[in-house]
Amino acid sequence: MASTIRVRATSSGDTTEVQALIQHPMDSGFVKDAKGDLIPPHFIQQLIFEHDGKNVFVADWGTAVSKDPYVKFSFKSGKKDDDLKISWVDNKGASDSTTAKIQ
Amino acid sequence: MTSAHNGFPATRRLILQGAATVALVGLGNLPFGLAPAFAAANDKWPEDAFKAKGEADAIKALYGKTAEPSDKVKLDAPEIAENGAVVPISVTTSLDNVTTISFLVADNPSALAASYQIPPGTMPSVANRLKMAKTSNVTVIVEAGGKLYSATKEVKVTVGGCGG
Repeated sequence: MASTIRVRATSSGDTTEVQALIQHPMDSGFVKDAKGDLIPPHFIQQLIFEHDGKNVFVADWGTAVSKDPYVKFSFKSGKKDDDLKISWVDNKGASDSTTAKIQ
Repeated sequence: MTSAHNGFPATRRLILQGAATVALVGLGNLPFGLAPAFAAANDKWPEDAFKAKGEADAIKALYGKTAEPSDKVKLDAPEIAENGAVVPISVTTSLDNVTTISFLVADNPSALAASYQIPPGTMPSVANRLKMAKTSNVTVIVEAGGKLYSATKEVKVTVGGCGG
């Protein structure tokens, strides 16, 4: 199955820039469907980036994060070909994870 | 696979998730002095803060203190967002010892949109995309050295992103 997580991590000098795009509806609980019923909230609560056994970035998200969320950050100490592990869990207990190589 | 990862699908109980994350920190060869702060930063998802309605309530629920405006916090957001469902907002700061960065949209149904934990070694700079129900002030809170600093900008929204 194709992962819901797309990541690009590029190392330049002593910093690694990470951009991640995740496929997720991020339903806020305020939007109605075609029949006029409220679509219940369904959103990623926590997104974690791990490098070398340590968390380098943790996102706590609410319903106000856009559908198919995007996030960008940078950290020190990443090297080319290092593994970067990304995992998320949503408010319904679903989760996904992937491991990307730093380029 | 680490224990933290296995904890996610097994249960939604965030207490367990927090405990598993603490276990993971033990494997991480962190210097001892850093470990307690690191574990605390990986606490459970701050449900109360995300449920808080207003901006001040959300900040209080998340941090328990108030922020002071600072010109060292650079908030980049559009003057006008045509589509409130996707508003690109980013922040950088020249402050040192940043531990968390949070984004709030004052007039959303729940003000707190996102809160990011910045461990040592990660740059205090985040870009993301948020939903805005209507024209509102966007506030970013940077926690640095235990103090809160903020920057605010009004973003005009032509089409809201929170309702049908």
